[in-house]
Amino acid sequence: MDFSLLRNIISRYCAGEENWVDSRTVYIGHKEPPPGAEAYIPQRYPDNRIVSSKYTFWNFIPKNLFEQFRRIANFYFLVIFLVQLIIDTPTSPVTSGLPLFFVITVTAIKQGYEDWLRHKADCSINECPVDVVQQEKVVRTQSHKLRVGDIVMVREDETFPCDLIFLSSSRDDGTCYVTTTSLDGESSHKTYYAVPDTMAFKTEQEVDSLHATIECEQPQPDLYKFVGRINIYKDKEEPVSRTLGAENLLLRGATLKNTQHIYAVAVYTGMETKMALNYQSKSQKRSAVEKSMNAFLIVYLCILISKAVINTVLKYAWQWSPDRDEPWYNHRTENERQRHVVIRAFTDFLAFMVLFNYIIPVSMYVTVEMQKFLGSYFITWDEEMFDEELGQGAQVNTSDLNEELGQVEYVFTDKTGTLTENNMEFIECCVDGNVYIPHAICNGQILSAASSIDMIDSSPGGYRREYEDLFFRALCLCHTVQVKEEETVDGIKRGIHQGRPTSFYISSSPDEVALVEGMKRLGYTYLRLKDNYMEILNKDDEIERFELLHVLNFDSVRRRMSVIVKSISGEYLMFCKGADSSIFPRVVSGKVEQVKTHVEQNAVEGLRTLCVAYRRLSESEYQEACHYLTEAKLALQDREQRLAQAYDVIERDFVLLGATAVEDRLQEKAADTIESLHKAGIKVWVLTGDKMETAAATCYASKLFRRSTQILELTKKRTKEQSLHDVLFELNRTVLRQRSISGLSVDCLDFGLIIDGATLSAVLKPSQEVSGHGNYREIFLEICRNCSAVLCCRMAPLQKAQIVKLIKSSKEHPITLAVGDGANDVSMILEAHVGIGIMGKEGRQAARNSDYAIPKFKHLKKMLLVHGHYYYIRIAELVQYFFYKNVCFIFPQFLYQFFCGFSQQPLYDTAYLTLYNISFTSLPILLYSLVEQHVTIDTLKREPSLYRDIAKNSLLRWPVFLYWTCLGVFDAVIFFFGAYFLFDNTTFTSNGQLMTTNTQMMFGNWTFGTLIFTVLVFTVTLKLALDTRHWTWINHFVIWGSLLFYVIFSLLWGGIIWPFLNYQRMYYVFMQMLSSGPAWLSIILLITVSLLPDVIKKVLCRAICPTATERAQSTRPCLTVEPSTIFMLSQSSSRMSF
Amino acid sequence: MMASSYNAKEEDGHHSGSSTHGGTGAAKNKKPDNTAFKQQRLPAWQPILTAGTVLPAFFVIGLLFIPIGIGLYVTSNNIKEYEIDYTGVEPNTPCYDCANSFTWNSTTSCVCTVNFTLVQPFESNVYMYYGLSNFYQNHRRYVKSRDDSQLNGVQSSLTNPSKECEPYRTNPETKLPIAPCGAIANSLFNDTLELYYNHPDGNMTKVNLVKKGIAWYTDKHVKFRNPGNEKDNFTERFKGTAKPVNWMKPVYELDPLDPENNGFINEDFIVWMRTAALPTFRKLYRIIQKKPDSAPTLPSGRYFLNVTYNYPVRSFDGRKRMILSTISWMGGKNPFLGIAYITVGSICFFLGVVLLIIHHKYDTRSNSADIPN
Repeated sequence: MDFSLLRNIISRYCAGEENWVDSRTVYIGHKEPPPGAEAYIPQRYPDNRIVSSKYTFWNFIPKNLFEQFRRIANFYFLVIFLVQLIIDTPTSPVTSGLPLFFVITVTAIKQGYEDWLRHKADCSINECPVDVVQQEKVVRTQSHKLRVGDIVMVREDETFPCDLIFLSSSRDDGTCYVTTTSLDGESSHKTYYAVPDTMAFKTEQEVDSLHATIECEQPQPDLYKFVGRINIYKDKEEPVSRTLGAENLLLRGATLKNTQHIYAVAVYTGMETKMALNYQSKSQKRSAVEKSMNAFLIVYLCILISKAVINTVLKYAWQWSPDRDEPWYNHRTENERQRHVVIRAFTDFLAFMVLFNYIIPVSMYVTVEMQKFLGSYFITWDEEMFDEELGQGAQVNTSDLNEELGQVEYVFTDKTGTLTENNMEFIECCVDGNVYIPHAICNGQILSAASSIDMIDSSPGGYRREYEDLFFRALCLCHTVQVKEEETVDGIKRGIHQGRPTSFYISSSPDEVALVEGMKRLGYTYLRLKDNYMEILNKDDEIERFELLHVLNFDSVRRRMSVIVKSISGEYLMFCKGADSSIFPRVVSGKVEQVKTHVEQNAVEGLRTLCVAYRRLSESEYQEACHYLTEAKLALQDREQRLAQAYDVIERDFVLLGATAVEDRLQEKAADTIESLHKAGIKVWVLTGDKMETAAATCYASKLFRRSTQILELTKKRTKEQSLHDVLFELNRTVLRQRSISGLSVDCLDFGLIIDGATLSAVLKPSQEVSGHGNYREIFLEICRNCSAVLCCRMAPLQKAQIVKLIKSSKEHPITLAVGDGANDVSMILEAHVGIGIMGKEGRQAARNSDYAIPKFKHLKKMLLVHGHYYYIRIAELVQYFFYKNVCFIFPQFLYQFFCGFSQQPLYDTAYLTLYNISFTSLPILLYSLVEQHVTIDTLKREPSLYRDIAKNSLLRWPVFLYWTCLGVFDAVIFFFGAYFLFDNTTFTSNGQLMTTNTQMMFGNWTFGTLIFTVLVFTVTLKLALDTRHWTWINHFVIWGSLLFYVIFSLLWGGIIWPFLNYQRMYYVFMQMLSSGPAWLSIILLITVSLLPDVIKKVLCRAICPTATERAQSTRPCLTVEPSTIFMLSQSSSRMSF
Repeated sequence: MMASSYNAKEEDGHHSGSSTHGGTGAAKNKKPDNTAFKQQRLPAWQPILTAGTVLPAFFVIGLLFIPIGIGLYVTSNNIKEYEIDYTGVEPNTPCYDCANSFTWNSTTSCVCTVNFTLVQPFESNVYMYYGLSNFYQNHRRYVKSRDDSQLNGVQSSLTNPSKECEPYRTNPETKLPIAPCGAIANSLFNDTLELYYNHPDGNMTKVNLVKKGIAWYTDKHVKFRNPGNEKDNFTERFKGTAKPVNWMKPVYELDPLDPENNGFINEDFIVWMRTAALPTFRKLYRIIQKKPDSAPTLPSGRYFLNVTYNYPVRSFDGRKRMILSTISWMGGKNPFLGIAYITVGSICFFLGVVLLIIHHKYDTRSNSADIPN
């Protein structure tokens, strides 16, 4: 015990020391503090320049090159290129240098352009004008010249140039309103408070005369945390010290509203502002496709190396006899002869590597990148994912994960705002066991106050009356809602129109708005907060005023908030509202049981409930509370923790008043979407902070659980009765038994699991016994695996991420997707393989941190089932095809080595080697990977089960990869030996009839290569044509165009004696080949034979065991007609009825 | 990464700012265009490879390929070809002595005579080839060992050949540049073949062998050109160069009688310079023109082949052959293409039948299976 205390003290001391180092002192107006107060240590801070650009003009080339060559593939090609430069290799360095150069240049240009845009954006931000107070005058300067300690004047609707400590405002009460839309997306006006001691400064002169220092923590990215202290030196007096909190800190990027001007002092500038610190790029997510692509690459690298090794070994075995090594007609140079045999063998190995290096295509990376980049536009262009109300369509933040959308196995969704509208409506309240329901459902009409309350139990007594009053007042006072009276409101919630000037309630929490509005309908109108007095218009049209003393803000850990007010009569009252679980333990009296049953009943109906309680404080109690709070607020270190402790002490001994119920309606088509996802074989988990009953009701409503679903509960309630161990084992047994009984039948009962946060942490907690720990986790996973739907309630944000992580790292490594709308979902969005943000009401934080952002939950269906599906099959074909076409390309080269004495003689001409991947075969596959639709969009939407066909990365699994590779090898063998038998031993000649002389001319090795290459280009392109299921005019244009391009290029390449080349080996080779009849015949024959196996395989698979996709393809024509006619009929009939 | 998020934020702010004034008007601009391309609804032809659609194609291919194959095969079979190996590896073969007595610096050439009988007469033009086996003309070191600009008559390359020609670039003794340089040129096939017909009456007539028109037209007229001025004589034009070390005479004496076939544009030389694809190859040597009357070009009977044996192949286990062949519309004798066509055609036809059965069997089954769904 003593030891731990000692350790505590030491650690605290150390931490304090550390924190001291980690704070900064800002001298306001750069004035030295009065001597004796503190040593004046001028510190250096960065200027207010925002630098989001990566490069400068000077370092662009080296830095960009360095960045690019850090990619393994680029580095590999660079090495190949360098090897070609250094040693004598079969192909000229151009063949690999040119594509590499092309790739590097294109990437560099793209990155350079992006950086230029960033520079421009930076410039416009850095040069925007700012008003600074200097020598008692306002001086206009540029934003980037701002320094820490400068006093800045900001006018209405201007954006704060850096993080500022709010000194004084043009408003008398020393407040200002700010929107932080561009920071966290919350469009409500937030109130910030000036430092009380400087509040009175109204002019530049006064402000400039301020003599103070600010001590604050070093910059950190949390937008909502700030700890600091201001020391104000007045003449000959003790310096006054005030704490500064987040409410005093105006953040860069926020905009001043409803306030003429303010004075503030800069504390964090430039890259140290909280906004800049929040720009840190997220960790890179990699898709499963990319992983399998890398695995394939490694296989190909192994193939490449083994090919080179085999050839090198065979070469030396073959040329063992000197007559083969150096026959009289083919001597080495003297230099070569003198080289040591090991060096020679090594250079030979490298030369083979160079010869075969095309098997790993440079252009694949470019094509994949381009496909992802261009392809993602289809998501943003999608009209069906455009939301009229929000005026926004889907957003793509990372195009790297497009295909991952087609691989999702688990969807983790938030409930509030994602499944539901987050459009709250006050339904009813229960005061001390009596239920009140406002009738007027927001029709713009306001019923008279008296009739708007429907009392179920009408026995009003004085005692009840008091509770009722307190309850309604509590709801009117205990909130952070603001009243907005102008018309131009970019608010969230439209207020109720009254005869008076339109007023709106604005709050970051829609629940609060709903409650305050509900109170309005019940006759208690919250008017405004003026000079720290809250004004309420009560049922009798009298204005009541309460002095607002303290607000104990809401946080998701406490799950409650409180206010302390002083009524006119001088009573101190503390009102508290919060989740039932956080209120009930703190209640000492009140009709707890009645309210509890009511709350549970409401929760079953899917309503969100809040409990309301109050406590009367005596003067001394109030003072004590005050003391706690101020002490905690003044703390420079661990303020959060201290505040939480203070809250804990103050918020207790409540008297329960009642509960409220607010409805959060399901989002449009949420049930349909969930059903489709289920059919698609995706497991949907709902993770929510809500109560179990509420969440379960929503799950039933959204068809996550069906009537037939057997619900397994793993909640605190159950674990109270039995030990966790028993419960887990029992559930596991149930699940397993079911599975063994049902065996093959598919329509077995499906299970739904409900688990709550407390139990979850118990399951995940590493238990004391070594044996137990791993087991629980495994059993839990086993249960989850057998459940089609899981509901996790009472989740803290971090637990959501934990769940995702748990599933992600389970042994099947399923692909997870998290979708959410609020800041509490960010952790899970970042954790999941794919994170999707809903552009919802609770700000943009989720959308910003997500990989994709969609306006509504229903868009998830098209996102996954259509876009995800398409992207997956497109990229899968792209990857497989790329490897295939390069096997076809390089394998004949390998075979040729056996016939040219392993001398690394290339089969194809340099131009063909270079251009094969760049131009002859690149465009068709790129286009395919952009526009292919193997099934129509409508079919995909109608039949979600098609999604199962591509599950588990099915198109990129090893058997498929093996098939493609074998096909490539087969084709290569056909090309090579087809040509071989035509050349070998027989006269493969042109009959010359097309030429002027009637001769029979011989073909050489270049013609041999050209023949193979021609067959290759045609086969590979036609193979893609066979795979193409969606022929638009662009496909026709590109496929036939690229073949035509090959022919034209070859004619041109062989048609001229190229002056800059030192060899003319291709001169007229192509034309001579085409002028020979057998060449034509063999080209046709070889193409046919190469394509034959693939066609047969396709046809047989389709006929004998068609996949669902294939069935959908062939039944397409008859099915598409029907729904459309039905649709038209229903449309016309509905029109008739109107 | 940073930029995009940065810009997005700026836009967000801007957007929310403008929407306060303009309301939904500004938002509508963001609505994506409803074009067929952007909505991925371009009209498209959607063919499916099913047994039903592929069947006719298979039958058509079968029906097309089999006749073509038969045609090719018959044509190929009608081509007459005679091949004789004159390497002289085995003792008692005519050229055995020549092959064994070969030395590089012998001044006298060894001549041997091979006789053979043509059973059938050769009609129309007959082509005479020499064939080499186990000769790696496609070896990389060999293939690149040439200088195309020298062969194209570029004066600077004549006197300063490309480095690729090493070690056949300069004469090791005189240090003069070699023209034509390189291993290919150096190893020019230099056996001389002459053909004599032994009349049934015992007379010997020399068969007229035409040595022009055996190279590609473009090679002879564009790619290969002699250096220097047309009017100068050949010795002058090749002044300052050495002959390839293995040659007996300089390049300008390849055909001293015909300036159109001398130097680099000598057709035997051009044919040799087109490197063969495989280690066993044949190259066109001479053409025997058909006679103006209807008599066969080479009547059946006994023939003598006179070989001036200069070219050593025994060191690398090579073989030398002489081939006589007629040609057809599809080139030389080539049974492979015909057989391949027939095979592929039959396979297609057979597959067509198999597919027909499958189609019949499974189509009905899948149709009936579809109905309950």
